[in-house]
Order: sequence, then structure tokens, then C-alpha cells
Amino acid sequence: MKLKPILAAFALVVLATASATAQAPPRVNAAAITADRPPDLLSAYHFFRDAGARLPNEGVTPYDLNTALYSDGALKFRYVYMPPGQQAQYRDDGVFEFPVGTVLIKTFAFAADMRQPNNNVRFLETRLLIRQASGWVAYPYVWNEAQTEARLSPIGATVPVSFTDEQGQAIALDWAVPNRNQCKGCHDVAGEVQPIGPSARNLNRDFVYAQDRVITSHDSTVRVRGTENQLGYWMNAGLLNNALSIGLGDEPPAATPRVPNAYDSASGTLEARARAYLDVNCAHCHNPQGPAHTSGLDLRWSQHEPALWGVGKRPVAAGRGSAGFEFAIEPEHPERSILLYRMQSTDPGVMMPELGRQHIDQRATALINEWIAEMDAEGRVRE
Amino acid sequence: MRLIAAAAVAALVITGAAEARTWRIRPGPGAEQQLQTALIESRAGDTVSLARGRFELTSGLSLDVDRVTIRGEGADESILSFNGQRRGAEGLLITSDGVSLRDFAVENARGDAIKARDCNGITIRGVRVEWTRGPNPNNGAYGLYPVNCDNVLIERSVARGASDAGIYVGQSRNIIVRDNLAELNVAGIEIENSFNADVTRNVATRNTGGILVFDLPGLPQQGGHSIRVFGNRIVDNNTPNFAPAGNIVASVPAGTGVLIMANTNVHVFENEISDNGTIGVLITAYRESFQDANYNPLARDIVIRDNGFGNTGFAPAGDLAAIAQLGVQMPDVLWDGATMYTRGGTPRTDQVRIVVRDNTSTRTGQSSFLSLGLPVAGSPLTEAAPNPQPPPLLEIAEPEPVRIRD
Repeated sequence: MKLKPILAAFALVVLATASATAQAPPRVNAAAITADRPPDLLSAYHFFRDAGARLPNEGVTPYDLNTALYSDGALKFRYVYMPPGQQAQYRDDGVFEFPVGTVLIKTFAFAADMRQPNNNVRFLETRLLIRQASGWVAYPYVWNEAQTEARLSPIGATVPVSFTDEQGQAIALDWAVPNRNQCKGCHDVAGEVQPIGPSARNLNRDFVYAQDRVITSHDSTVRVRGTENQLGYWMNAGLLNNALSIGLGDEPPAATPRVPNAYDSASGTLEARARAYLDVNCAHCHNPQGPAHTSGLDLRWSQHEPALWGVGKRPVAAGRGSAGFEFAIEPEHPERSILLYRMQSTDPGVMMPELGRQHIDQRATALINEWIAEMDAEGRVRE
Repeated sequence: MRLIAAAAVAALVITGAAEARTWRIRPGPGAEQQLQTALIESRAGDTVSLARGRFELTSGLSLDVDRVTIRGEGADESILSFNGQRRGAEGLLITSDGVSLRDFAVENARGDAIKARDCNGITIRGVRVEWTRGPNPNNGAYGLYPVNCDNVLIERSVARGASDAGIYVGQSRNIIVRDNLAELNVAGIEIENSFNADVTRNVATRNTGGILVFDLPGLPQQGGHSIRVFGNRIVDNNTPNFAPAGNIVASVPAGTGVLIMANTNVHVFENEISDNGTIGVLITAYRESFQDANYNPLARDIVIRDNGFGNTGFAPAGDLAAIAQLGVQMPDVLWDGATMYTRGGTPRTDQVRIVVRDNTSTRTGQSSFLSLGLPVAGSPLTEAAPNPQPPPLLEIAEPEPVRIRD
């Protein structure tokens, strides 16, 4: 099945807008969000105006992250929905406190040729993280081949996919949709499911919003044009309490936390980019309350002690994951640092992260290689 | 392109008592999906029953529901085979409380065989974990691997071929390991950074080291204490060390019976310890440098009593081979002599009581003891000043027996 190019999607926007004036689309289905049993089909939530889930409904806000989890290079489309009149509570550190009824929506996709990421995009799965009264729950929905519906698959699934990667290589892989336990394998803080991405530091970036979108919150109407900082947008749209007092269209204060884009050398120092990458890709397990707390490794952005990043740290339970090396990170010696070795492996008994990838993130291993090579004995890179 | 969506096919469910259900899984093409479905959809009190036969699995299994029993027809009858594993860092991962595993096998996992993390109550009974090609550095690290758990009971189980430890209990509390067979692993049984463990009536044989009690720095739980190792057969542990370098067990000399590293209050008594080619019992400080401000590397309050020693010292290996080459006869019980240590360049000391009494030896009648006379933890072995004088016989209270409500 061939997907229509993105131009068709624009045409659909116009159609949707035109039809919206004549006939309002159904609102997001709040009952489905809070139901004990999730609906079998993603479309039942009405998060999108179209069957293909390209066009977000009213109240469904797209967002992006500075540095994202690597998932074999998959494209990711993220949205947040909060019940009307509700808002998240800002935090400097960690994920915002979201109200009950919030849904974080993330679709994984590949373009037939990843050098042209807007063309022939095939959706594989859409994962929902839903904030219920009892806590967060995770539901994966798997897209059909015709790309007309996504169906709940709580025990996971395997989806064969082939595409051309950014280097022009033909790739074929079995995309693994995680089961409920595997979802929790990453989204776990002290045994409870938690989101990973939407923190101040990771949302603090510009986003290109659709032209002339009108956002109405309980007490104001905001007209958004084009590029805007996401924190400012969320605060002015009432999605987030305006703890930073950001004026309409203004940038957040300079002191607002921000991680760089790990892949973009212009966006931060070597150390900051490496730590941003480890924070997003590793710290969901390697933190004092995460599934890998027993390793003693703490890769959170907020951890400033290099010994806890692994500098001079001997392996505990690495087994053959150690490759015979003595330390997780040995300054100046990426070639004998266990942390990098495990990022460069695809063997399930060795690789890190344990789940969620089958290929090696070459840009990241180059980054970590350079970071460790430049490290002084204390584990710092002086720039 | 095909889409293999895992339809939520329920495994056969037989309703048992009013609440608890039994999920019956048979080997076959749909078994992997049915088994993982059962492990996800089960409710507290349910049993997941594995029929006889070989279950071929491609992905690690996981259970996150409290009080579920996974039960097979026998450790040689119901086999979870991970020969074709492509995903998952362990064969079976347990992250819920009160889980019971009984009478099945996990073979050839790519990483650890069975890991239980952050559990209160984990019972493993009559389970076999094995890497069937025998000792190989590419085998997974741990066979039975509870970590950060309370109330751990491992009994009548078998662990073979682990490239680290066959039975490894780490950073846990209240532990019983009894009536198991651990063979052909690097470490047969290892209790690490744990509190209150009884290790009894096990057979540890043909490993590199038989039973290890370790405490390591830099971990969330440290200060291991109150460990009793008694009534075990710890014989013929002479397999060359096949652990990947860098791991702490890679430093264990082949031919080690019991190795106590750091820890407080470890009592080793009434064991049969023989035919281990390097040493019967080795007591040592943690010898590497460390930064951890809360860590004490000394082995202290250690009691070795009423053990029956057999032949030993006939093939000294590892670091201790160098000591033997100096003409030192390997004793039954060897202590490094460490009573001091340095951290960040600052010397420190602690009260160290080592009691060795009432042991016998088929070799020499009364068993033998030697201190290497290395008062500072981690001193080079070349500075050894061997001293056969046993330390004074002080009274050191034995820990209370561990009790676990099953």
C-alpha cells in the first residue's frame, strides 16, 4: 500500500477546516480515556479528525523534544491531550505533573526513504500513556497495513518493516511493539508507570505550529502563527500553569532548563549533548528509583557526580556485557569503556538499552566516543 | 508486507476455585504468545501451568502480577528454551510480589536466566536453569538472580553453566538458599550485598568457586551482614575461571571452596569442603580502590567452625598461585590479615574479629590456618608475611535463623 504524499495531507487540512465550519468534528471522547477497558480501536478516542491520524483534533497539541529516545531511527509524532480547562503543573526538573485524563500520544513511523521523511510515511504503532486516577497506564495500538485503523495490542506485536535509511541503506527489521510489561520496563519509577519525555528541559524548544490555529482555553483565546517556543505556547494556551510568566509569543527566561539536541553539535557542549543523550535514552532505568537502580549507575541530567555516570565504576552484574573491560567509563579510553561497548552491541544479552532497538545509533555512539575520549581523569570535558 | 499483530488470543483457561484461575500452556507454534499473554493477563492468585515439553521462545518473558505461580511438570520435563532468543536481557523477569516458580527449566537464555527484581516474596523451587554447552564465557551471567528482594526462598533447584554465578542473590534481605545443586558455574552460589541469609544443604561442585559471600562498593545496598553458610557440600570446584574479565568473579581463583570478601558477621560451619585445588576457605578484604564514602572493605566478625576439610592446595590458581610458589603450604583456611584500609588516602581501621575453631581435616587431622599478614586491605601479595597463628577465639553471636512464611 502506498501512502499519499504530504501534499494530500495539506489538502485534507483544508477539507477538514472547511467541513468543520459546516459540521463540527466529534470532540475527543473523554469517556473512552477514563474507561476501565480501553477501546479496541484508536479512532474511538477521536484524537484525530482523519482515519489515518494525521490531523489532530481540537485540544490535541503536537509537540517535539530536544533529544528523543532512539528507536531504530523511527519517526515519532507526539501529541498531548488534556481535559478542557485542566492544565499540567510546571516543574523545573523531571516530567510535569499532568491532570487526570491527560493522554500522551506517540506514533512511530518510517518513511519509505528516510532521506525524504515527509513522503510515503507508514505508521507502525501509536502508543498512549493515559493518566488515570490510579496512575499512568500504557496502551499500544498497532496500525493495519491499509493505514486506516490502529488496533489495541496489549501483549505486543511484531510488524515487519522495510525502508531505506538516512545513509541510503536498505533496512528490513521486525518492529517490536512492546507488551504491557515491556512498556513498564522503561516507564517505571519505583514500580509505577511514568512518562519520560515531557519535561521542561526537553520541551524548551521551538515548534512550528500550524498557521493561524486558534486555541481556546477556559478564559482566553490564543491565535498562534508559525514558530513558537513550546513552553510559552503551552503556558499561554492554558496547557501548563504559567510558572515562568511568559508573555504571549515570548521566549522563556534564559535560566529555564534546556537540554541540547544531542545530535546537533551547534546546540550545546560535548558534555551537555552526551549527557542529554544518556538522560533520555538511559536514565529512565538508570536512576535511583528506576528498574536499573541496583546497578548503582545514575545517568539523569540532574546527577552531577561523574562516578555515578560510570566514570571509574566497575561492573556489578554486567556479565559478558563487560567485554572484559574494567570500568563503565574509562576517561580517554572509549574503546575500553563498557557503557559505549553496550551501546554498540545488538546482542540481547549485552546491548543497552535492553529493549527498543535492533540497530546501533551511529550518531550517538560517535558522540559518546568523542565525549569519553575528551574526558579528563575526573570525568569532565573542559571547553 | 505482513502484519503479525498479536491478537489477544487467550490461553486455555480452566476456572479453578472461585477466584484463582489456571492458565494451561502447551508447547507449539502459539505457545510463546499464549504464555506471555497469560503472564500479562493473569490476576493475583492465578497459576500458569506449563505442560511437558519444550517451549521455543524468541523473546524474554516477564511477569508483573502479584502472587502468580508458574508451574511446570518437572525441571527436566517443562523446558523454556531460549536457543532462538532475539530480544530481552533475561529469559524470565519477575517484578511483582509473592511469585512462586516451580518445576520447570530455563535453558540457554542470552542474558540472565531468571531475574527477580524488587520483589517482596519470591519462591523458586525445583527449577533448573542451565546453559547446556557447559562453561563458556558467552553464557549468560546469572542463573537464578533475585536482586533487591525481600524474603527470597530458593530450594531444590539446579543452576549450571552461568558465566558469573549460578545462584546469585544481590542487595536483598531475608534469604534462604537450600538443597540446591550449583555446578559448572564460575561461582556456584553467591550472596552479595545482602542481609540475613541462610545458605544450607546445598551442593556446590565443579564450579570455579563454590560459595561466595561478597560485599561491593558503589551500590544502593551495601554493608552485607548476618550470613550463615552451613551443612553444604562444597567439593571439587576446580573449573577454570571463564567469567568475562572486569566482573568481580573473574578474580576468583579456580579451586576455591568458600570465599568471603568484606561483609560483617558471616558464619561458615558444619560444611564438607574438599578437593578444591587452591583453598578451602578464603577470607579477604575487597582489594580494589574505591571512592564510596560509606563502604567498609574489611571482612569482620567471621566465624569458621566445625567444618570437615579434605584435600586442598594441590593446584593453586590465580593470585594465590604466587603465594604457593614462595613455598607456602596452602592451608584449609586463609585470611589476608586485613584490619585497616584507606579511602581517599586516609587510613582507617575497624574492629576485625576472625574466629577459626574446631575444624577437622582428612589431610592433616586438625585443620590448618594461615594469615597472609597483610594488615592493609589490598596490599600487594608480595608484601605477605605469612603467619599460621590463629586469631584469638572470641565469642561472636550467630545470626538468628532466617524464617520465611511460604
